[in-house]
Amino acid sequence: MSEGHSTYTPKTGIERWFDARMPLPRLIYDSFVAYPVPRNLNYMWTFGGILSIMLVSQILTGIVLAMHYTSDTNLAFDSVEKIMRDVNSGWLLRYLHSNGASFFFVAVYIHIFRGLFYGSYKAPRELLWILGCIIYLLMMATGFMGYVLPWGQMSFWGATVITGFFSAIPLVGNWIQELLLGGFAVDNPTLNRFFALHYLLPFMIAGVVVLHIWALHVVGQSNPTGIEVKSKTDTVAFTPYATIKDAFGMIVFLFFFAYFVFYLPNYLGHPDNYTVANPLKTPAHIVPEWYFLPFYAILRAITFNIGPINSKLGGVLCMFGAIAMLFLVPWLDTSKVRSAVYRPWYKLFFWLFVADAILLGWLGSQPAEGAYVFMAQMATLFYFAFFLVIMPVLGLIETPRRLPNSITEAVLEKNKGGSGHPAGATAAPETKG
Amino acid sequence: MKKILTSLALLGLVVAGTWMSSAGAIAAEEEHNAAAPTHFPINEPKEMSWSFAGPFGTYDKAQLQRGLKVYKEVCSACHSMNLVAFRTLEGLGYSEAQIKTLAAGYTIHDGPNDAGDMFDRPGKPSDHFPAPFPNEQAAASANGGAAPPDMSLLAKARGVERGFPRFIFDIFTQYAQGGPDYIHSLLTGYDQTPPAGMVIPEGTHYNPYFLSGVSLKMPKPLSDGQVTYDDGSPQTVDQYARDVSAFLMFAAEPHLEDRKKTGFRVMIFLLLFGALVYMTKRRVWADVAH
Repeated sequence: MSEGHSTYTPKTGIERWFDARMPLPRLIYDSFVAYPVPRNLNYMWTFGGILSIMLVSQILTGIVLAMHYTSDTNLAFDSVEKIMRDVNSGWLLRYLHSNGASFFFVAVYIHIFRGLFYGSYKAPRELLWILGCIIYLLMMATGFMGYVLPWGQMSFWGATVITGFFSAIPLVGNWIQELLLGGFAVDNPTLNRFFALHYLLPFMIAGVVVLHIWALHVVGQSNPTGIEVKSKTDTVAFTPYATIKDAFGMIVFLFFFAYFVFYLPNYLGHPDNYTVANPLKTPAHIVPEWYFLPFYAILRAITFNIGPINSKLGGVLCMFGAIAMLFLVPWLDTSKVRSAVYRPWYKLFFWLFVADAILLGWLGSQPAEGAYVFMAQMATLFYFAFFLVIMPVLGLIETPRRLPNSITEAVLEKNKGGSGHPAGATAAPETKG
Repeated sequence: MKKILTSLALLGLVVAGTWMSSAGAIAAEEEHNAAAPTHFPINEPKEMSWSFAGPFGTYDKAQLQRGLKVYKEVCSACHSMNLVAFRTLEGLGYSEAQIKTLAAGYTIHDGPNDAGDMFDRPGKPSDHFPAPFPNEQAAASANGGAAPPDMSLLAKARGVERGFPRFIFDIFTQYAQGGPDYIHSLLTGYDQTPPAGMVIPEGTHYNPYFLSGVSLKMPKPLSDGQVTYDDGSPQTVDQYARDVSAFLMFAAEPHLEDRKKTGFRVMIFLLLFGALVYMTKRRVWADVAH
């Protein structure tokens, strides 16, 4: 896209006609056919494509569901059940959509952790990374509001708890909360505005995805070595190489997705959400969707006041701070080396961080009592220490391993067999696909 | 420099160790006083074998018909099933004519008619099961203050938390029968003597399988021989409980068989398509070291 030297040559009359008026075929060709990608990308790099199809799938199933859904507190729950029972293949659409949200988050978490592992956020990809963080925020808002729509017990009480966070903000908190709710409590106006926003936000996500891909095509993909592309031999054409690899990654992902949709469609949900919302009856444990659990654990870990900040505001600040950390990552990491492959200590702490995030997720699902609170506090401490201490300090004191001179050299070193050959595409015919 | 990093890693290990030990402390805490339990249910639901479990599970139609009989003769006195239409019962193996007869056995309050009057008429297959009480307040006042829950979704709306590591194994065993297991255990969990010293609130009935307390308002609903089966199945509380739990699973998830059948085709397609794409991918990349 940015290369400036397009290799597209229109072959047919109709292509020439379009190219002279609006070069859309040229844009598509340059972006998805000729676009050079590093030859050493592994399957972790297929999650961008996977996320795109998940977004499309969510929008398509969502539009059809919206045709049958009623956003009225007296009718919403039954309208969802109508979809499950009477709409042709309604059960399939609804399970695809509800599990699709979960698998969208599975994919986005793998995508984010991949970025953290390989240092994909480092210059010149800061803006690309931040656009990704914005997509993640929009996804969280969309997922949260979508969970409210079936109007079950967890919908109602989850919405009550989460919108309650905003009331902790000094001065404007109550005003923001009332604006979100359209009243003083979760009720019909809340459901209606959440439905409207739940329909709007995915299209905003799609818009930011376009920017995300645009930024990506300007700076190019990073790769497992973290070394920038230096010559033509470092890359292969997007089509067929990346296309076919992405396609295989998508099918494997869809296999896991289908397993849940068809065999465990309610595994990731909460039984209480099959009981219609009742403002007078609080569930024993209010638990958000699994993809919010780490942040929920951080929120509840702050059980103490810090000076003028009470524990409620402190929890909310920590929870939003946990997400804000991601936005700062490009500047918190001081290392000159991108990829964790060459950073033994960062690699260790990265995996500790993954374990910490999973532990926080589990703690978020447990009641906030006894030793769980202490564990959540320790895990929260490590979460922030990873970003605010380990990332900046490690970059300054760590001795990285020797870096190869180029992607091609790294590939040939790995495959050994081709080291004597010029760094060409046919260097190692015996290597496995 | 190396020293700093080693100590950082050690710190990590210490923190991890603390987590482990506090997890142990939680386990110890849970050895609670039997007379004053803090976590419910006191007993976990018994895992039964259900015909609809697993990737090829199907409903046992004879069992569903027996379960419907239990619902009609026992549960429906207090519990509504608002979301289930009579026509749905085709899934129990009934013919259209049988469903018409079954629906006609119910009286449906309908209206207003052209003259503006409400009237009663016999049920049609498109009608839903009529509720035993005219409204929730009436249901609550007739049942000691709390309305008996609607049964349409009960088998999906109840479930006891599985806990670590079982919730991971459940993915591989496709355990999705928490609802029916719970209902069966609850229905067969009456008639037990509470531990000495336990306080059972008046007007409630001790049941160690109840999800949210030591006892519940519903008295033991089933007793041996209460419902007559004409297919020779044992007329025991245990059998009634199994049958009605299976029927409630059907009521909550009438398209379960369809879902699993479609799922199998989808999985086979994805396997074959995936294999083809994988072979194509190998071919495409064969001449590029990567």
